[in-house]
Amino acid sequence: MKSRLTLLLSGLIWVASAQFAVTQTDDLRLPRSVEAGVAFSIQTTGSGNAILYIVGPGQVLRRDVQLGGAISFAPGDLHNAGHYLVTVAGASAIENGAFDVTAAHQPTTLSFIAKPSRLPVDSRDGISGVAFVFDAFQNLVLQPLQVSFQLSGVAGTPQERTVLTHNGVAWTKMDSASKEGAAQFEARAGSIADTRVIQQVPGDPCSLRMSARPSGQRLALETEPVRDCRGNAVPDGTIVTFTETYSGGEATVDVPLKRGVARTEMPAYNGATISVATGVVLGNEIHWGKE
Amino acid sequence: MISGRLLAFALSVATVTLIVVGTLWPVQSALAMAGAGSGADLLRPSSSPQAAVENLADEIARRDWDTAYSNLANKNEFTETDFVRDLAGGYPSLRSHASLDSFDVRPQHASTNDAEVRLNLRWSTVVGTFLDTRNLQVTKSGDRWGVVWPIVKEPRVPPQVIPVNYLRWDVIYRGAEDDWGAQDVESPHVRIVDMHPVDRGGGVVILGELLNEDVVPAFVTVKATLLAKDGSAIATEDSFDKISHILLPRQVTPFLIEFHNVTLSRVDSVRMQPSSTLIAASADPVIEIEDQHMNSGPQPSLSGKLLNQSGQVVNVAHVLGTFYDNSGQLIWVSDGYVERALLPETPVSFTVSLPPDIASKVKTERAVTTTYSSSRFQ
Repeated sequence: MKSRLTLLLSGLIWVASAQFAVTQTDDLRLPRSVEAGVAFSIQTTGSGNAILYIVGPGQVLRRDVQLGGAISFAPGDLHNAGHYLVTVAGASAIENGAFDVTAAHQPTTLSFIAKPSRLPVDSRDGISGVAFVFDAFQNLVLQPLQVSFQLSGVAGTPQERTVLTHNGVAWTKMDSASKEGAAQFEARAGSIADTRVIQQVPGDPCSLRMSARPSGQRLALETEPVRDCRGNAVPDGTIVTFTETYSGGEATVDVPLKRGVARTEMPAYNGATISVATGVVLGNEIHWGKE
Repeated sequence: MISGRLLAFALSVATVTLIVVGTLWPVQSALAMAGAGSGADLLRPSSSPQAAVENLADEIARRDWDTAYSNLANKNEFTETDFVRDLAGGYPSLRSHASLDSFDVRPQHASTNDAEVRLNLRWSTVVGTFLDTRNLQVTKSGDRWGVVWPIVKEPRVPPQVIPVNYLRWDVIYRGAEDDWGAQDVESPHVRIVDMHPVDRGGGVVILGELLNEDVVPAFVTVKATLLAKDGSAIATEDSFDKISHILLPRQVTPFLIEFHNVTLSRVDSVRMQPSSTLIAASADPVIEIEDQHMNSGPQPSLSGKLLNQSGQVVNVAHVLGTFYDNSGQLIWVSDGYVERALLPETPVSFTVSLPPDIASKVKTERAVTTTYSSSRFQ
């Protein structure tokens, strides 16, 4: 709604300007560009009363002014970066001009997008971080700035990259560590920093092994602690499938890892073959008893 | 104008006639199914074995347990509560929420004082119908026939404490007030590890398996779109309940997607869209599937027993059977529901049927189960 009004007003001013084009002068002295939120002034010539319009992105100012002097604007009067049109409508003439409002040089907020928030260990370039640098008025700071990214995990030296922003955006890629755990992924521009947590989780289980022992009329099956190829414990809740095949039948059970191991009981059949698997990873086989 | 009035008159007369006929000579079973009044006065006298069984079925349909139990010939062998538990289940399950859709009575053998009758009860549930077949002995006492009910006593779990190392995932999602750059919790990573389309029965069936390769539980669905040679979509379907929707880490589910009235020759490619959502879930209960074996014959099936290894009562169990040929290729997926609750450490039978032509090619099979417990939501 606000932007529509701005457009409408801009249109009206330009129509009015066109009608008075004959009387337009270059006596309006405007700054070439103004930093968002900073105080500035516009010098006018002539005499008498006039109305000043400043129309920009998402913002319109109207002031009753006295021609021939400087018109001052307080800090924060103009805060949206963009191209602004200026019109001073006096009793006998209309003066037009334009200037730019640029983002403040000092970044005050950083929007940091880090993906994914969870990934397996040892993933090369698996983590991407994108930082958007804004000033206090949420204008994207377009001038190049140094953004440093740091990924620090539970072990090892942190990975660091320093990147210049391009049109207000800086990005990088990082490797996940070889040890599981939550890593802190930080983006920093000057004194501004934002942090995301990246969960580095174990990879596929490596060498899944189980053992069996009699338990009354049944067989008690238990895996060794299940770990990935880097020695990280596969998290509890991971499903381990035990399958027992015997003459004329089969039994299966999906068991979640609890405290690192999967335990269950299955029927004890002589000559049965028991296998273990998790996901697409197969473990060892046990042949129980004799045919 | 006149013909219209004549038609209206004729329709009115026919309607009134049918109402009168229906009221004076109602169809017994339909009346019982409709639950009109008590229904007891409308049943036939149990003057024949068939009539006795039909009366009993009508009473079961009306859930008139008192009358049904009182008319049994062997009611001194069990209580009415046992009888009700046999038919409606002692714990909440599909059976306890089922209604009798229809029944049929098939006399097997009869003599002067006793008879054998097969009663097929077709129960209707939210996931389809299930058949409950009882072979009944019917005996004559005086001028009445009475049914000897073959009671199946539902086991009761004795009061006890079953220690469970409970494992559960809870999720905190991003909030509305979070910065737009703040990431939400990552969706679980799932992967289709097997998929192929089959031309079958005038349609296309897509069979496959889906793996949760993440460390968190996932709610999964699989959608497939058949594409023609020009790239246009022929049809889109999803797996509905032919999949185990909740996948724990490293768990694999089969899926089956059916497209009716599409021939495989029209299909150039298939676009698969597996989707996953991170959900709060529990790793329990653990269900063992034992005594799995294929049953051949005109109606082949995979049957076995489900054994609840946890201490929690499972109200509904869904079994998915995955069938492979001798080269290890997936050739069929079928499913079935167990209508009784799974009590701790109490085996319950299940049967999953499959087409006869497929059954002859099956070399190995795998069953997985998904469970629903009402206590999980309390």
